[in-house]
Amino acid sequence: MPEIKGFNTVVLKNKPSIIGYAAAVGKKEAEGPLGEYFDKIYQDEFCGEKTFEKAETHLQKAAIETALKKAKLSKTDIQCAFAGDLLNQCIGSSFGMRDLQLPFAGLYGACSTMALSLALAGILVDSGAAKNTVAAASSHFCSAERQYRYPLEYGGQRSPAAQWTVTGAGCAVVSDQKAENAPQIEKVIIGAVRDLGITDINNMGAAMAPVNVKLRPYTKGMVFLHNQFQERRHIKQNECNIYTSA
Amino acid sequence: MNNTDYKNLVHSTTPKSPNLKNCIKAFVFGGSICCFGQVLKTLYGLTELNEDEIKLAVSTTLIVITAILTGAGVFDNIAKHAGAGTAVPITGFANSVVSPAVEFKSEGFILGMGAKMFNLAGPVIVFGCSAASVYGLIYWITQII
Repeated sequence: MPEIKGFNTVVLKNKPSIIGYAAAVGKKEAEGPLGEYFDKIYQDEFCGEKTFEKAETHLQKAAIETALKKAKLSKTDIQCAFAGDLLNQCIGSSFGMRDLQLPFAGLYGACSTMALSLALAGILVDSGAAKNTVAAASSHFCSAERQYRYPLEYGGQRSPAAQWTVTGAGCAVVSDQKAENAPQIEKVIIGAVRDLGITDINNMGAAMAPVNVKLRPYTKGMVFLHNQFQERRHIKQNECNIYTSA
Repeated sequence: MNNTDYKNLVHSTTPKSPNLKNCIKAFVFGGSICCFGQVLKTLYGLTELNEDEIKLAVSTTLIVITAILTGAGVFDNIAKHAGAGTAVPITGFANSVVSPAVEFKSEGFILGMGAKMFNLAGPVIVFGCSAASVYGLIYWITQII
């Protein structure tokens, strides 16, 4: 059973394992420094579908199916799937789950969706309410541009700080099975939104970087973390493997 | 860390837009489009069109060329460099109408393309027409006086 320590640190006593994982990405991501680690690479931004939204669903389905295959599980072994994306009503995930027929809990955490889905999947498995769960997230550059910014063919200049939404989906199978060398989820901390007054829509990285996490009782007093570098350092020191901002 | 400290940190670490380079590029591209417009005006001057019709023909030609380049996926690659050079002339307006039309075609002909076509150009039309009306009203009052 999960146990609460300190302010809101959830300690997962059985340490659920990530027994399978996969990522399906687009062309630009495959050309990046992590290119060799991706399981499926799509050169076509439509992934053989008719719209970008359908392409995003395709990516998520590919990631989940590959992760299940790597975990040597079938769809009927999964008791719950946590997944989310950036689109209205999370259609990227919900239409994918319609086809996969997995019990589905949709999430919206924008950039924190993957961490959020892993945290919830870990807690569910540790509590004994599920044996195997799926945690997934997806996004597509073209569908996000349409949803949040300008049409693709609109002629404008990007600010140097402008963010570029990933075309890709990732999936982790979180299970109570123990596997050799499998990463384990030991602790979960969910942070509070921290608004430091960044209003520049072309600098979302700066807007999202701050998060409030209370690490009591692991450090004396209350620690406010301000940027990603500090967050990582503190979390490593305190052995907190997963955190997420709201 | 308070908001001001954070704003200073963000300001010091965020890469800046190359303003001078952008201005020079915008001047060259924008100037080229205007020169091309002038060439068109001279060429149309050789036909039997009158002055007003020539102005209309020049604008229409630039709009049609922009629409074709936008549809072909070329315009945004030019505009990436040109910036204000393509945004300020009538080419920018044409692109802001054609690009959503292309983008939202997948959501249907009427509720997709038709409804979303003026997403970007809408404010320009609304405030452009409003400003013209106010200007007209002032002009009319000054004529009476």
